[in-house]
Amino acid sequence: MTTIAQDVTLGRRLRRWEVLPYGLILPTVAYLALFFAWPMAQAFKLAFQDGGAWTIEPFRMMMNDANFGDAFRFTMLLVVVIVPLQFVLALAMALLINSKLHGRGLFLAIFIMPLAISDLAAGLVWQSILTERGYLNTLLEHVGFIDQPYIWLNPTKPNQLLFAVVVAEIWRSTAFVMVIFLAGLQGIPHEYGEAAEVFGAGFFQRVRRVILPMLKPSLQVALLFRIIFAFEAFAVVLAITGRAKTTLATEAWKWQAEYFNSHVAAAYSALILVLSLVSAGLVVWLLRTPKEQMLR
Amino acid sequence: MSRGRSSALSWLGRFGLYGTAVLVSLFILAPIYLMTLAAFSSQDDVYAYPKELLPRHLSTETMSFFIHFGGVLDALQRSVVVAAITLALALAIGTPAGYALARFAFRGSDTLRLSVVATRAFPIVILSIPLAVIFIRWGIDDTSVGVSIAHTALALPFVVLTTSSVFAGVSPELEEAAMTLGCSRAKAFVKVALPLALPGLAASAIFVFIVSWNEVFASSLLTLRHRTLPAEVLSLLEGAPLNFRFAGGFFLMAPSVIVILIIRRYLFTMWGRVLK
Amino acid sequence: MADVKFQTISKTFGKFTAVDDVDLEVADGDFIVLLGPSGCGKTTLLRCLAGLEKVDGGRVFIGGRDATDLPPRRRRIAMVFQSYAVFPHLKLYDNIAFGLRMQKEPKAMIRERVESAANLLHIEELLDRYPSQISGGQRQRVAVARAIATKADVLLMDEPLSNLDALLRMEMRAELKALLLRLGTTTIYVTHDQVEALSMGDRIAVMNAGRIVQLDSPLVVYDDPADTFVGGFVGTPPMNFLAAKIAANGASQVVSLSGGSFPLADPAAGALAGRKLTLGIRAEAIVVEPQTGDGLIEATVIVVEPLGSHNLLTVKSGDDLLKVSTPPHLFPEPDSSIWLRLEHRRIRWMDAESGRAIQLAKPSAPAE
Repeated sequence: MTTIAQDVTLGRRLRRWEVLPYGLILPTVAYLALFFAWPMAQAFKLAFQDGGAWTIEPFRMMMNDANFGDAFRFTMLLVVVIVPLQFVLALAMALLINSKLHGRGLFLAIFIMPLAISDLAAGLVWQSILTERGYLNTLLEHVGFIDQPYIWLNPTKPNQLLFAVVVAEIWRSTAFVMVIFLAGLQGIPHEYGEAAEVFGAGFFQRVRRVILPMLKPSLQVALLFRIIFAFEAFAVVLAITGRAKTTLATEAWKWQAEYFNSHVAAAYSALILVLSLVSAGLVVWLLRTPKEQMLR
Repeated sequence: MSRGRSSALSWLGRFGLYGTAVLVSLFILAPIYLMTLAAFSSQDDVYAYPKELLPRHLSTETMSFFIHFGGVLDALQRSVVVAAITLALALAIGTPAGYALARFAFRGSDTLRLSVVATRAFPIVILSIPLAVIFIRWGIDDTSVGVSIAHTALALPFVVLTTSSVFAGVSPELEEAAMTLGCSRAKAFVKVALPLALPGLAASAIFVFIVSWNEVFASSLLTLRHRTLPAEVLSLLEGAPLNFRFAGGFFLMAPSVIVILIIRRYLFTMWGRVLK
Repeated sequence: MADVKFQTISKTFGKFTAVDDVDLEVADGDFIVLLGPSGCGKTTLLRCLAGLEKVDGGRVFIGGRDATDLPPRRRRIAMVFQSYAVFPHLKLYDNIAFGLRMQKEPKAMIRERVESAANLLHIEELLDRYPSQISGGQRQRVAVARAIATKADVLLMDEPLSNLDALLRMEMRAELKALLLRLGTTTIYVTHDQVEALSMGDRIAVMNAGRIVQLDSPLVVYDDPADTFVGGFVGTPPMNFLAAKIAANGASQVVSLSGGSFPLADPAAGALAGRKLTLGIRAEAIVVEPQTGDGLIEATVIVVEPLGSHNLLTVKSGDDLLKVSTPPHLFPEPDSSIWLRLEHRRIRWMDAESGRAIQLAKPSAPAE
């Protein structure tokens, strides 16, 4: 048994437990400051410097590069095409799982299987399907749609290449959006839908007027992440189209790994960052939910 | 609406639901199945056309071609090492922060949470390039340690948010009860909070492993001769023969799918509060 | 066994003062109930005693020791939480043994204590199960067993019965009271249910807005509330409060209410003449007379609620709405008129502005 005096000293030492949370977060803060914040600052230095002086030369080089226009266009195209398609599919999948369907446990397991597949792997998977001697052509010939193998991945047909990349990306990453929607849907008490049904709303009306508005926070989160990921599209394009198509991220990679010019690479990455942030800002602003309308 | 008509419509509606679900399932499963088939086909079947759609002639020729291809086995090993280091590092650093966010309402907790979420807005592209430059200066470019550092920086926000969500799901009263029964704060954490949080933490750990395993952009930029598997595959992609692509794709895809099937129950514990 | 002393305890959360300079002494073996509405500070005060909250001012003494700076594990307390906080990953046996194992007691002693605690709570058959396999009521018993197994000096209970359904709550109340009586441990019990408070404690500390408003035995709290808050909070139904005035009427004095007046029977109350007063009287202290007479107040019946053992009438007298308790055979029609006689010994006088009870010299009690 400790004496009273000892107890009190221990107690006074323990008062410093209020410092505990700060001690717990210190490693994280320190690590992120060193290996995240600092490199970011360095990236801007790289993008705006060349040979020690402040300049926008890297940006000029970037814009004048022959591939810049293509990269920019293709990247924007990917964002604009993939995101809406994916969101509709993800919503449908989430609604499916959230309904009283028999065997939805099994469907859920299947739907989220691609969740952790990398973009490189997805690119390779779809390449194997779409390649000239691949499975799609095999299937189409079996069914009789075509007589001889069709070249889906035709470097001279940019729309087909776009289609291939879009399909691969939707196949791979819709699971991610679906999970976000599911979590959001499960936060909506089903009494709201039931009330709407009692008052005569059909299925699509219910989706439009009850579910979508309540899903806005999830929509916001999903849109945010998905757009940012889309601006980073890299390996899937390389795997499927080879060098036929390029993206902003691919160009950044090229300038760093192949031309060894970190400055232009940093310029490209700065552009990607700006595009991501602007989109993020737009999404947050357009999908803002005024506090009064929140469920909690 | 007459009863007959409404039940017919609902039957149709149910059929439509099932139909859609089955179609989507096929869309998701078919490529996985086909990729597996392709990876386990013999050398000749790889180039055959039309392709076999059923697993009639399975063979490990293609897979062994891939594994024994120069550099692949080493790259595979390196990927495992990097993923393991990333897992250990990210969890060791991030779990205390997640616990702090879940249990204590301290000044700056909101800022921390917001900053951590905000790091997701920064593309990996803009992180990797300066890191490549910095690592050269430090002499750790082209090493597994360097890649692990970059991967940990990427995984840390995720770990902080998910462990915070996991611990928030464990009632603080349980640790308080332990403290009234003779435990110090640390002991209460170890004896009560940790065992209950373990499933969620394990799921996070596995997810971190897979994210590091998949990561290709930073790995390609930070390594030259000692590449991880995705970086190696990417560098060999141009001109790579079909069998290489088939096996490589399968190799990269399979662990991810298996992992997700194993931890899918915990996905919602992890993501539940992260997404609010 | 230990006594407990709270000395000018204060605790704030940001701008909100949860506990406002509270003094309280609990004798060894006492069973005190902290009663009050949500947010009154009762749970905070309990947690300060447990060491789960750090006090912002004042000191806490347990068994004569200054425990203010001690962590919970050094205070020799045991606590039952509102949510039970039974460890889901441990069997019931290990749950109950937890505190003893932390104290590194020998195995044989642990087994004996666990089994005797389980016996007292009638869960000895379930020791091998996990909390997920038993009902809520049984989990509550586990929480209590776990607390008493350690034979701590002070037992703290934070609304232990509030998560049970009404019938179970009543049964557990009696069982818990018998058990705690038998153990004789100093107990501090928090609840917002005034029925629980009245039935269980040796003394009740009624709390409101961070302060103790009244500290007395249940009977005194019921019969002699310190103010209109206590009178309105304790008792089912709450005490009736009527605006009143005492005035002279010739040689005698008369109490005027909104619905009528009657002669003042207590001479000591004559000193309150002319003041703005609130008259407090319990529903069962009002007698219903079938017809008018001297000293009766007229009222109109609004609702009659038959409760089996008695009827609860809601009546309107002037501007006042009153609850009156009558024997079960008395069933006046709604909208009919009845006449009320207020038992003068049960009348309590409060200051109309502050709501505080006015202490009058009692004829039989010695002067303060």
